[in-house]
Amino acid sequence: MESLPTARAGAIAMNRFGLGARADETPPSDPQRWLLDQFARYEPLPAAWRGEPGTVAITTRFGEERQQRMADAAASGATHGAHGAHGAASMTAASDTPQAERQAARQAVNRAIRREGVEVYRNAVNARLASALDTETPFVERLVHFWSNHFAVSVDKPALAGLAGSFEMEAIRPHVLGRFEDMLVAVEQHAAMQIFLDQVRSVGPDSRAALRADQRDPAHKRGLNENLGREIMELHTLGARTGYTQDDVTEFARALTGWSVAGVRGPQPGNAEPGAFVFRPALHEPGARTVMGRRYDQAGEAQALAILHDLAHAPATSRHIAFQLARHFVADNPPPALANHLAQVYEQSGGDLPTVYRAMVESPQAWSAAATKFKTPWEWTVSSMRALGWRERGDLNAAPLLAQLGQPIWRPGSPAGYDDIAASWAAPDALVRRVEVAQRLTARVGDRLDPRTLGPAVLPGTLSAATATAVSHAESVPTALALLLVSPDFLRR
Amino acid sequence: MLSRRRFLRVAATGAGAMLVAPQIVFASAATDRRFVFVIQRGAADGLNIVVPYAEPAYASLRGPLAIDTANTANAAKLNGTFALHPSLAQMAQMYHAGQALFVHAVASPYRDRSHFDGQNVLETGGSAPYQVKDGWLNRLVGLVGATRENAIALAPTVPLALRGTARATSYAPSALPAASDDLLTRVAALYEGDAQLRGLWASAMNARGLAGDASAHQAPASVGKLAAQFLARADGPRIAMIETGGWDTHSAQNARLANQLKALDTLLAALRDGLGPAWDRTTVLVATEFGRTAAANGTGGTDHGQASVAMLAGGAVAGGRVLADWPGLRPADLYEQRDLKPTASLDALIAGAAAESLRLDPQRTAAALFAQAGAQRPITGLIRA
Repeated sequence: MESLPTARAGAIAMNRFGLGARADETPPSDPQRWLLDQFARYEPLPAAWRGEPGTVAITTRFGEERQQRMADAAASGATHGAHGAHGAASMTAASDTPQAERQAARQAVNRAIRREGVEVYRNAVNARLASALDTETPFVERLVHFWSNHFAVSVDKPALAGLAGSFEMEAIRPHVLGRFEDMLVAVEQHAAMQIFLDQVRSVGPDSRAALRADQRDPAHKRGLNENLGREIMELHTLGARTGYTQDDVTEFARALTGWSVAGVRGPQPGNAEPGAFVFRPALHEPGARTVMGRRYDQAGEAQALAILHDLAHAPATSRHIAFQLARHFVADNPPPALANHLAQVYEQSGGDLPTVYRAMVESPQAWSAAATKFKTPWEWTVSSMRALGWRERGDLNAAPLLAQLGQPIWRPGSPAGYDDIAASWAAPDALVRRVEVAQRLTARVGDRLDPRTLGPAVLPGTLSAATATAVSHAESVPTALALLLVSPDFLRR
Repeated sequence: MLSRRRFLRVAATGAGAMLVAPQIVFASAATDRRFVFVIQRGAADGLNIVVPYAEPAYASLRGPLAIDTANTANAAKLNGTFALHPSLAQMAQMYHAGQALFVHAVASPYRDRSHFDGQNVLETGGSAPYQVKDGWLNRLVGLVGATRENAIALAPTVPLALRGTARATSYAPSALPAASDDLLTRVAALYEGDAQLRGLWASAMNARGLAGDASAHQAPASVGKLAAQFLARADGPRIAMIETGGWDTHSAQNARLANQLKALDTLLAALRDGLGPAWDRTTVLVATEFGRTAAANGTGGTDHGQASVAMLAGGAVAGGRVLADWPGLRPADLYEQRDLKPTASLDALIAGAAAESLRLDPQRTAAALFAQAGAQRPITGLIRA
């Protein structure tokens, strides 16, 4: 990067590594130091997030509400039934049976709780946006978004709506500058991931609980759910087609049995609060496991932890994480030399994430002059708002906006998360939507900003002559600002 | 893939509304008279709006862009010199009913060619960009006497002309508005040089052209109607500003200008019809930041110029006239040999029209609105007593 003019390197630091330059921001004179110094200042729980409820609070609240509403429904149902006994002729047969009434009441309660879950979700998306606008450590904040997508949960599973924000707040944010293994364990033990990948339903076939259930009702078999185990290997750690087999997945799933989430009713292991991680020995598959040729004879919870430890330090994982990071920051098809270098640093450091980030920041390939990364809708929205001077979210609702742009937050629809390549985002309709949103955002700014100075300010040394000309020729200030936001220069980082 | 020329045609026929959703801002004032300022952002081409058809140089300067007044209905002829663009059918009716007048070769004090700077001068009433911080329309509200703290605003931001000590709050519509044709056209030009985005954009515009945009045609009428609903109420606001865009016709001018003017015509007619009896106490002033080059350019359009046309409409307007100290279109007649030369002051027109509409003293009004620009002698006799 020695060969890069300072302004341009500053622009790369702010736009490619950070979340986008602000109108009033001076490009850093030492871009590498500017990025690395953010590690010391990062706040795991910044102001924007402080008001958001955690997993235990949400689970407790929804659990109590469910009980209360069901009790209310039962009470009114009893009254209803009493009247029926006196022979009210107007009652229809279908809703008359106590069973049907209970069913209808349960559905009504589910709908009510689901609505509240959506409310919690929308607030959390707003908190995420507010944090991205306000942060003084935009490089680390971007890494939070990166890891949150790497360990994706998706709120199209309704039970998750209220937990997606708390997942990012509790499992990702505290560990983004720690060791990969610690983030991995926090993620896999979090209620959101356990529910999303069906771990809470997984029962060891020879566990005490399964054997008891088998005695009571032999026709109804309970057993393993491999979903979490498989996705940990395929998506979270080793990567697809890296040599593990179906037997490895099954063995890992057996080891994971017993990993669960504390419920709302009744005694919980260790008196855990609702929504907290618990280990349920009765569900755990007894015996030693063999995963990828290594034998694990630990007892209980420690067995899966030992496997996670080895997965976190496997060479395939270091290559997988290195490639994903290089893809996110440098290019859809990153230079193999860079990915190899990062993998080596990962391995040598035992998955110490700041060491890996530092190696990337210090790699000349990461500072290539050409901006080839096409911003995702999220990145584009955040960088646009920062460029236009938003320090707070105001009354703008982030969740519907991102849905309109095609990237609803925490709803990728798949545990693989959102794609991190241009082909998924640079599409005809998507471009028109960005133009529409740009027009809407800049209409709120009016003529408070001069587009002729804003361009060079947020794209120092990288603003193309064509964009500068188009912006200066626009027929109004909002049109000019909108053009800047949808310009090829601003769409990429 | 669409060629650029074809895209412009698709865009021009696909929609047809100005900036799709023109924005309105209101302010309350202690009067029963109404004053509406319609700004045409982007430099509207006065020479093709009020056409100097008797001027020999017009047809040769404009070439294929020249409006053919010989083949248009008689109603478009305003007098022996000027004809009205055929899209302005309702305005022509108002003109012949004595309710509309046009002022030609008119310009603000700004003599350069930047939209941003030109609009700043037009809206602040200064003599140079960024010299004055508040807007002349706001100072006009102060002159009449603002009656309420909270004026109504139907735009996400308050435009500069209405910004100042008299309050107008703002409100942002929640729905995502469709992008304006002007912005789409500019984006197309911006993506021309980008290998990846050029093709994507062409596909998007192709799809958009096929889908059509039925709602866009409704927008100008509904904006006029909406503004009228507020202004007509006994306790409603008395001052309004409507922002329109899309006038920057560097290319494909004939189709685009025809659409722009049709939309403006629809908006003004809806405003008139919606105001009912209050139309007799209403004046609408339509103005742009500057005009366009006298000659057509090489891309089927015109470039930034100087003087343009301003319009007045309303039940009390002493209409049926074109006010012009016509400078001519021969090379030596033009400003810097390229633009229609300004011979009338837009500031003087605004001051006189606002004062007479709201029954204020014209001199005092001119001094309050345009002190920085030297308070031109206001044009009077515009509004019937």
